[in-house]
Amino acid sequence: MPQAQNDAMVSADAENGVCVSVRDVSFHYEDASENALTDISLDIKSGEFVAVLGHNGSGKSTLAKLINALYLPSDGSVFVCGIDTKNEDKLWDIRRNAGMVFQNPDNQLVANIVEDDVAFGLENIAVPNPEMEGRITEALSAVNMLAFRKYSPNMLSGGQKQRVAIAGILAMKPRIIVMDESTAMLDPSGRAEVLKTAQHLNKAEGITVIWITHFMEEAATADRVIVINDSKAVMSGTPREVFSQVDVLRSMRLDVPPMTQLCQLLSKGGMDIPTDLLTVSEVFDYLGKIKPEKASDVEDTPDYPAPQGEAMVELKALSHIYAKNTPYEAVALSDIDLSIWQGEFIGLIGHTGSGKSTLIQHLNGLEDPTSGEVLFRGENINDKSADKRALRRKVGLVFQYPENQLFEETVSKDIAFGPKNLGLSPDEIKERVEYAAKMVGLNLSELGERSPFELSGGQMRRVAIAGVIAMKPELLILDEPIAGLDPQGRDDITDMLENLHKEGGITILMVSHNMDDIARISTRLIVMNTGKLVMSGTPRTVFSHCDELKAIGLNVPHAAQLARLLRNIDWQIPADIYDLDTLSKHILSAWGGDRQ
Amino acid sequence: MNINITLGQYYPAKSPIHSLDPRMKVSLTVLFMVAIFVIRNFWGYAVVAAFILVVNRLAKVPLSFLLKGLKPLRFVLILTFILNLFLSVGNNVLWSWWIFTITEDGLVNALHFSLRLVFLVMGTSLLTLTTTPVTMTDALERLLSPLRKIHFPAHELAMMMTIALRFIPTLLEETQKIMKAQKARGADFEHGNLMERAKALVPLLVPLFVSAFRCATDLANAMEARCYHGGENRTRYHVMKLCKTDFYALAITAAMLAAIILLNAI
Repeated sequence: MPQAQNDAMVSADAENGVCVSVRDVSFHYEDASENALTDISLDIKSGEFVAVLGHNGSGKSTLAKLINALYLPSDGSVFVCGIDTKNEDKLWDIRRNAGMVFQNPDNQLVANIVEDDVAFGLENIAVPNPEMEGRITEALSAVNMLAFRKYSPNMLSGGQKQRVAIAGILAMKPRIIVMDESTAMLDPSGRAEVLKTAQHLNKAEGITVIWITHFMEEAATADRVIVINDSKAVMSGTPREVFSQVDVLRSMRLDVPPMTQLCQLLSKGGMDIPTDLLTVSEVFDYLGKIKPEKASDVEDTPDYPAPQGEAMVELKALSHIYAKNTPYEAVALSDIDLSIWQGEFIGLIGHTGSGKSTLIQHLNGLEDPTSGEVLFRGENINDKSADKRALRRKVGLVFQYPENQLFEETVSKDIAFGPKNLGLSPDEIKERVEYAAKMVGLNLSELGERSPFELSGGQMRRVAIAGVIAMKPELLILDEPIAGLDPQGRDDITDMLENLHKEGGITILMVSHNMDDIARISTRLIVMNTGKLVMSGTPRTVFSHCDELKAIGLNVPHAAQLARLLRNIDWQIPADIYDLDTLSKHILSAWGGDRQ
Repeated sequence: MNINITLGQYYPAKSPIHSLDPRMKVSLTVLFMVAIFVIRNFWGYAVVAAFILVVNRLAKVPLSFLLKGLKPLRFVLILTFILNLFLSVGNNVLWSWWIFTITEDGLVNALHFSLRLVFLVMGTSLLTLTTTPVTMTDALERLLSPLRKIHFPAHELAMMMTIALRFIPTLLEETQKIMKAQKARGADFEHGNLMERAKALVPLLVPLFVSAFRCATDLANAMEARCYHGGENRTRYHVMKLCKTDFYALAITAAMLAAIILLNAI
């Protein structure tokens, strides 16, 4: 493009208030055969809050790095505030104007003290010293972290670290903040606090936000949603416009917010309801105007029966104290009594720091109780005579982000690590590897000889889970097995676990923050708070205690939230609904209106 | 979970020694070392001991903390003492048996070496007990920055130290996590002969390296995105300014050195 024309375009952009302009951009990584981005063109206006959706590996992170000039386009041009990112003389102007917050909260803070980290960017762009103090204070108070300015980042929660990262950018007075999946590794409360911070900056300071995410509920709050699929920009519009296209989104490994799904179900059932509602309150507003004809007469399905017989695992008055008798002493578990029966699928919920991780590590003897007992099939696992390695064969534990533990040259060898440690014969090992791969849906003939490090994130996670399943555990424990995956990846793993439970006959205990998923597949829920076990029961019983759950900072499934609101007005529907299918049936029955 | 790993042995307190300019503290420690090495007779050690006691008192650090620093050194101390005692050649044999001889010179040498070591460790401990690793890094960068003229990478070294301090706890945590994950898959890190144990480390080290490299890539991206471009054209958030107490400290240390030199003449 000739320079004169280029300049004309830039000034035109400035007039329209466009602050990021991507023109016919393609990008490919040096050693990749395919483009990471193909022929993308889009404009982002000043002051917009734009959500970018796309499955893992769709190219959305590449787009983010192009806006910050960390990458330069292979073809086409990116303009940030009217400056071509190829313009090397203006590189620091571009990066100062388009700040970027990354995914992993641990890997982006440089300094050992919060205020020093916020100062880092200012030092780099040579802000005069007397000006710094004010800018740092202002930035930290904008993200509500001023009280922590003298803390070490190592002592902060994930959400707090991300807010410090935002402050570090804010101090440089940017016009754009790119959030590259900055909430993917956080728990629900951390996600909410980071989203709230970004929304506040967008509204109050007029900063343009480009919000890259896998969470549909987050995208639903944006001004505009852009969908990237297989390196191309395929959709752009308001959240309503985009999320009304359920089938198209699903075909791209994405999803729609739960309330939009409900509207679809109701609409299919004959109700004349808009299918582009996004939030609980929108649906409630709509249904609140309808007078239901009668009490719902949908037949009650039986709840899960209470488990009987001898328990597989028993915890008796279990307590665990970290760093006992030091100034850092912390009670992680206090006085926990819990039994797990064969054939259960238990969902363990509780916010970060409630003791979930400590609890599950007691079940296979990785942590020893400070007091109390852990019994597996009646035997105390911490007896001197007990064989812990034999126990670990029966109780499999999959840690959070298990793909980080892969180490072998090939997928098959990595899955074989566990069976090999058990001292099995080569034939048996081979049989175990095949069994485990089949259970997690991995095609060994295709992937078995590949390096696990070449696979996609979702596939790596399956390999890691297969590595534990190959031990043929009687009880399988998983810590947040769906964290960080795209919607399709999340569904694939939950389906796989459901299958393992039903077909494989394995007892499962899963820790998760995703209430909708955990409600769908668990037969029993256990709720923890500050090291104590506060609730245990079928999902129905637990989710009918909405207020108690909210009081300890937990969410309830969207269906349960709406059901509760509807019951408060005229709708006569049961109090213990927690899934969208059941809710839609009850609403349709109570509504009783004309079928189309 | 409580992961609060403090590196070094910083003892938090509010004291005139804690609030000295770290550049001055580092320089004075160097001066202190010089003082120890110019000592010719035992009067000098008395002066140094008095100096340490006074500084320690001013710093409000319990004496036990200072002595704790010597504990790991006890074997080295004993060894240097014995070696010096028996291997020094000299006049005035005090005691002799078979091939072992102790001379007066040997005894004096042994005492000199041991006392020097003890005071050296105590002096540097006082520095690390009253200065956080972060400020120390900062001070070292500033003290070394004149050497940039001869292409000494002062800023880069300091940046590396800062990042190391920041990420050691993260990597320790990661190590623990991977170790547990592999234990859950039946790995055994505790038993077996040397060869087997070394082999058992592979499942720990490979993921740890992968994670460290990912961490480095992420951090490099994050730093570049925040306009980092090395030490050139950078301003500073923390300004270090010498004040009166710093010069008092300098005067006192210099007086100690002078006293030692004078006492050498006795």
